[in-house]
Amino acid sequence: MAMHLSMTDARSTDEFIKGLWRENPVFVQALGMCPVLAVSNTARNALAMGLATLFVLLMSNIVVSTLRAFIPKQVRIATYILVIATFVTVVDYAIQAISLDLHKALGAFISLIVVNCLILGRAEAFASKNTVTRSILDGLGMGIGFTFALLCLGAVREILGNGALFGVQLFHDGFQDWVVMILPSGGFFSLAAWLLVFNAVKQRRARHASADVEVAR
Amino acid sequence: MSGDPLWSIFVNACLINNFVLAYFLGICPFLGVSGKLATAARMGGAVTFVMLVSSTCAYGINQLLIAIDAPYLRLISFIAVIASTVQLVEMFIKKVSPALFRTLGIFLPLITTNCAILGLALFQTNKGYDFAQCIVYALGAGVGFTLALVLMAGLREKLELASVPDVVRGTALTLTLAGLLSIAFMGFAGLGG
Repeated sequence: MAMHLSMTDARSTDEFIKGLWRENPVFVQALGMCPVLAVSNTARNALAMGLATLFVLLMSNIVVSTLRAFIPKQVRIATYILVIATFVTVVDYAIQAISLDLHKALGAFISLIVVNCLILGRAEAFASKNTVTRSILDGLGMGIGFTFALLCLGAVREILGNGALFGVQLFHDGFQDWVVMILPSGGFFSLAAWLLVFNAVKQRRARHASADVEVAR
Repeated sequence: MSGDPLWSIFVNACLINNFVLAYFLGICPFLGVSGKLATAARMGGAVTFVMLVSSTCAYGINQLLIAIDAPYLRLISFIAVIASTVQLVEMFIKKVSPALFRTLGIFLPLITTNCAILGLALFQTNKGYDFAQCIVYALGAGVGFTLALVLMAGLREKLELASVPDVVRGTALTLTLAGLLSIAFMGFAGLGG
């Protein structure tokens, strides 16, 4: 019995951990790229966007997995989108109430969380088939992984483009701002650079693994 | 409300603030379908059509929502309209050209979650465009999307023949290319005022 329990525990922590690194939505699955590129020009915007997406993802996962027995197969995608759109409207009004500056900076991209493929993807691929607890863990993991990726990108772009992090100046006056990093093209370049890092790590690991097999032989 | 002349709206949506390269809308199909020139052009056509129809519907719905004073329903009704338009286009393409239907594959239903289309509906509402301006804006955005997709597909077809290190292959290379294209499009800034 104890063993059985620990086994299910291990599996449910795995639902949480897989989204952080191994199946990271941005770096590995390349989902939800539009907001990643668009609002990652400063670390603050990136963090806000990440948290907003995390909330919507978590809530839609909860609702979809709770209702999974009642949603007819034929109209499931439309239902998911309506559920997601409802929570996005909530987030939109909440951010407007908390910080008007932030709402202006993020602009239409808050509403565009609706069409973030990541959220619909998790609803269809995970929440519609799993229990509420597992869906919560999955939503948390994927959401935090997404926020982490956004922060990686936002931090690099703000440091290079503004010489600051979260609005705190990091360098002396002599620092020449790398303006292109703040501009749209900088988003493409920094995401490409992060993907290169990920690819390099992955290939290195694969090489090591195959070398181990050779040694074992 | 907004007094921009039509040609300036068109140039703005198509070149200066290109939806893909300046607003990052519609990146998924941009990366996914830009492998082949012919497919890219047809995908561009389909997206432009959906944009025109959904922009028209979004304009009508917005007027209605203003009339009944329920702006909080905007997002939900926009997305519902877009989803049904995409369904229509899907059935139409399936009937007219099954070959095209197969090549577009999963990316056809995914037009629903193409941010460019919902983005268009939201932007035109925020900018307060009237009906003619909405149509021109949608047309400009669609042409701009097609242009970016076709340029990208052309570049990638050539790149297939180049020898690139293994680490760079795939999305990273495509994104770098997109960044360079985006820099090129910055050259249009100031055009059309």
